[in-house]
Amino acid sequence: MNKLVANVQEAVKDIESGMTLMLGGFGLCGIPENCIAALVKKGITNLTCISNNAGVDDFGLGLLLQKRQIKKMISSYVGENDEFERQMLSGELEVDLIPQGSLAARCQAGGSGVPAFFTPAGYGTEVAFGKEVRYFDGKPHILEHALSADFAIVKAWKGDRYGNLLFKGTARNFNPLMAMAGQITIAEVEELVEPGELDPNTIHTPGIFVQRIFQGEKYEKRIEQRTVRQRENS
Amino acid sequence: MLDKKGIAKRIAQELRHNWYVNLGIGIPTLIANYIPEGIDVEFQSENGILGMGPFPLEGEEDADMINAGKQTITPMPGASIFDSATSFAMIRGKHIQLTVLGAMEVADNGDIANWKIPGRMVKGMGGAMDLVASADNIIVAMMHTNKRGESKLLKQCSLPLTGVKCVKKVVTNLAVLDITPEGFKLIERAPGVTVEEIKNATEGRLIVEGNIPEMKID
Repeated sequence: MNKLVANVQEAVKDIESGMTLMLGGFGLCGIPENCIAALVKKGITNLTCISNNAGVDDFGLGLLLQKRQIKKMISSYVGENDEFERQMLSGELEVDLIPQGSLAARCQAGGSGVPAFFTPAGYGTEVAFGKEVRYFDGKPHILEHALSADFAIVKAWKGDRYGNLLFKGTARNFNPLMAMAGQITIAEVEELVEPGELDPNTIHTPGIFVQRIFQGEKYEKRIEQRTVRQRENS
Repeated sequence: MLDKKGIAKRIAQELRHNWYVNLGIGIPTLIANYIPEGIDVEFQSENGILGMGPFPLEGEEDADMINAGKQTITPMPGASIFDSATSFAMIRGKHIQLTVLGAMEVADNGDIANWKIPGRMVKGMGGAMDLVASADNIIVAMMHTNKRGESKLLKQCSLPLTGVKCVKKVVTNLAVLDITPEGFKLIERAPGVTVEEIKNATEGRLIVEGNIPEMKID
């Protein structure tokens, strides 16, 4: 098994205008920086992007929004991005906002052979419009469908050419779930290691879910809300 | 009247030993600073960490370690990290004993609105809809009135809902109120605030029974 591709250009070579993409990350934490930069450069348009957030104005998916490359966003939270809000309120950008837990479960279902499931989240709100309602143990639930994508693009800390992935800290978030749901899953990693170096007991994403892997470059890993406590004087 | 810290201090009194707690963005985040002595709780952040600790020391920030508000954090000893599906399994599966979140409006039947002002502001619901749909114990932390001085405790929410009949308690700068089938029941007054002032600031049904004690805040 060798899923290694030479670089980011090769990894994204057949992503075309009009496709649906899943992109891992929470805020700017654990986003596939190299692939996003390559998609901006490729100049493809009319993308549907499934991602918990939409980046900030000048980083992450905000870069694709600036260039009007995204037709539709499927997300749970899109604050911290003025250009996004402007495009959404003016109707230039289609937006499907869905509860975060439902988004995670819909990605996981998409990669797991589960076409749909019932959840209590969103019952009685506009999220439930047009959705089947069923009662379980006397409580209302709404039917949510699995999500899938032409490409899922994830970012891991370490990975090997078999496609096995290890994430670091809270950069894990949506990445393992989206990795399961792509027709083709591309993983960019900070550090490519030899098969056997990752302890099989600790692998987060088994290689079967990944079709292409490459070592990314020049990670900026921007912090959205740098928050610190002061050192006590000693 | 309480400030935001005061609201957080009062809600901290609701914490119980060995609870798992999810704190929303804003005032709720401050509660972690006022955990009562002898009480051991673990904070869950829905982006995927249980056992969230304090902000890092300057120079020790890690871009791969944030909370749901995207702030840099540190893990406590005994913390664990997981993906978003596992995180919401904890939330939907009722493994979390207390959820505290902010709100734009709360209705006297427990409805809450906190994610959208049509045509003006749309940030999204994030994890709020999953949290309020499943949690048994939901406290709202907010100011009693909005910037225009209008009540945020209403007969009926005017904004798009986040969840229905789910809020159990509201702690504001003026009062602590329980949500009962008859409406908001006044439990405590903030220091220096009269029952009359609370009545004037509450649009929803308000129940006042007997003498209403003043909150005890350190």
